[in-house]
Amino acid sequence: MSAARIPRSPKVLVGVGIVGFFVILTVVGPWLAPYDPSSTNFLPNLTPSGSHWLGTTSLGQDIFSQLMVGARATMVVALVAGLVATALSIIVGVAAGYLGGFPDEGLSLLSNVFLAIPGLPLLIVIDSYLPASGRSNSFVIGLIISLTGWAWGARVLRAQTMSLRNRDFVEAARIIGESRFRIMMGEIAPNLLPVLASSLLFTILYSIGAYVTLAYVGLTSTAVWNWGTMLYWAQANNAPLSNEWYWFVPPGVCIALVGMGLALMNFGIDEFINPRLRAGGLSGRLRRTSGLPRRPRLGFTPVMHHPQAQTSGSVLTKMGAQ
Amino acid sequence: MRMLLRRLSLYAVTAWVAITVNFMLPHLMPGNPVQTMIGKLTGRVTPQQVHAIELSFGGLKGNLVEQYFGYLHQLLLGNLGVSITLASPVSTILRSAVPWTVGLIGISTILSFVLGTFCGTMLGWMRGSRLDSVIPISTFFQAVPYFFLGTVLLLVFGLNLHWFPVLGAYSPSVTPGLSWTYIFSLIRYGELPVITIVLSSVAGWMLGMRNMMITMIAEDFVLMAVAKGLPRRKVIMHAARNAVLPSVANLSLAIGLVVSGALLVELVFNYPGVGNLLLQAVLNEDYPLIQGIFLIITMTVLVANLLADVLYFILDPRTRTQAAV
Repeated sequence: MSAARIPRSPKVLVGVGIVGFFVILTVVGPWLAPYDPSSTNFLPNLTPSGSHWLGTTSLGQDIFSQLMVGARATMVVALVAGLVATALSIIVGVAAGYLGGFPDEGLSLLSNVFLAIPGLPLLIVIDSYLPASGRSNSFVIGLIISLTGWAWGARVLRAQTMSLRNRDFVEAARIIGESRFRIMMGEIAPNLLPVLASSLLFTILYSIGAYVTLAYVGLTSTAVWNWGTMLYWAQANNAPLSNEWYWFVPPGVCIALVGMGLALMNFGIDEFINPRLRAGGLSGRLRRTSGLPRRPRLGFTPVMHHPQAQTSGSVLTKMGAQ
Repeated sequence: MRMLLRRLSLYAVTAWVAITVNFMLPHLMPGNPVQTMIGKLTGRVTPQQVHAIELSFGGLKGNLVEQYFGYLHQLLLGNLGVSITLASPVSTILRSAVPWTVGLIGISTILSFVLGTFCGTMLGWMRGSRLDSVIPISTFFQAVPYFFLGTVLLLVFGLNLHWFPVLGAYSPSVTPGLSWTYIFSLIRYGELPVITIVLSSVAGWMLGMRNMMITMIAEDFVLMAVAKGLPRRKVIMHAARNAVLPSVANLSLAIGLVVSGALLVELVFNYPGVGNLLLQAVLNEDYPLIQGIFLIITMTVLVANLLADVLYFILDPRTRTQAAV
């Protein structure tokens, strides 16, 4: 994947910027927090001011500190769940697509069953039976979320693997006598990278939503600060009804921004996979600078010559639409 | 027909898995939560109800296999146990809550699909125009949790601007019945929850449709249609009819996701459906109710999935000749 082929549309850059910002926040957030998020030393129900940027809760806790500290748990659970779910979907999806026949039937059935069962109710049932020690453990929660979130990725990866299975380079590896496992992991998996990246982004997006929802419902430990528990406490203390927007709006907006960043990054991957989308997603000004017609023309998939691509001498190849 | 039969058997297996998971969870979790719960029941429900709850968990005697069959037997009889907090049979409670949820989420999903597909068609056709700026905005709505968007809308348009009546499913001053005032009240109170669910779920349909449209427009048959001199409206319809198929194929899979998000909207708007019920049950550790709701939601989603598959079967003639997808 040469750098020149990675789309540079503004959408993608904004997405990378937003996600990058929150990743940094995950690392430095707890240090940036001016106070202990659980400390109840301040006056309750303060409106935003210089010393409390987002005011205080009805227990007298600093909301800005909660937001900063909460970033870490939210992002870590989402990442754990996203990575585990993607690993599961690679194992199931690639094995099903490559092996075919009976194993495929079994594995496809497994992923279709998990797709058909609505995720959140299942999560709630599992979580409501968890002992308190499990609910406060971010990794346990992450693992449970990943159990409900791997199936979609597996399905997409299976379809992609099936289209790769009979390509020449895979045949070649098979003739050389490579083991099945090596072919799956060494030959097929690297060619799934764009699809894999897209499925990872969506799984992380799903995991954030699932974790925040569980916390909002009160099914994760309320002692662990994350954006969902903030919303839980805000709701429990009727913050929305008493117009305390500075309590419940910031965590919600942060969740939405992270998700938006991930979705925007995914546009880049989509455009990478499908050149028709790449040209379709350009603004008028970019079209002119890259020498494309002002209005997209029917029946043509324009080949884009990015300035950077030309100077580095690489040519954008037209890849077949999926 | 083969495709439909395959899907039908998939849903049968899924239903069985859900039923089995529902049985296994309380029995496999550490700390024996069922025993603990039943121990705490005295005084809250009648001895007969305690017995019904025990039965719905498969009875407490015998080994796991015997209990499993006992549980299946009770399920067939319609005994889902007794709600601890509401002290009435779970099946009775569900019967009054399910129609609200099915109505709210069903209408929202259909609206969202139709609206998203239409907007996606237009966005795909006019790709590269100013309309494309809708896309980043729509991803924001896609990423925002349903319950958060619901809270904000409730606060701004319900409680501050008073554009929509909120909290509940109909005005407390109206008596339910087949009268126009009641129906009008239902619609008015349903508006904001429906808007919330549509706003949160429309982006997925819209973007999927846009991308398929862009891919479809580059096909020869669309060029042919333009070359024949068909009016633009007909050309768009021509391309859209083919581009919509993947969306319809995904419909059955997306229903589960929409339901997951929409359940919480009921909580925000205090809508009397199963989502609201589920969260109350979670707060009170009302396990029979939680499990009953999980089962009923799963079964309803499976039926909805099957309906979506039938729609796909009707729309795509290829499913009738080829082997199943």
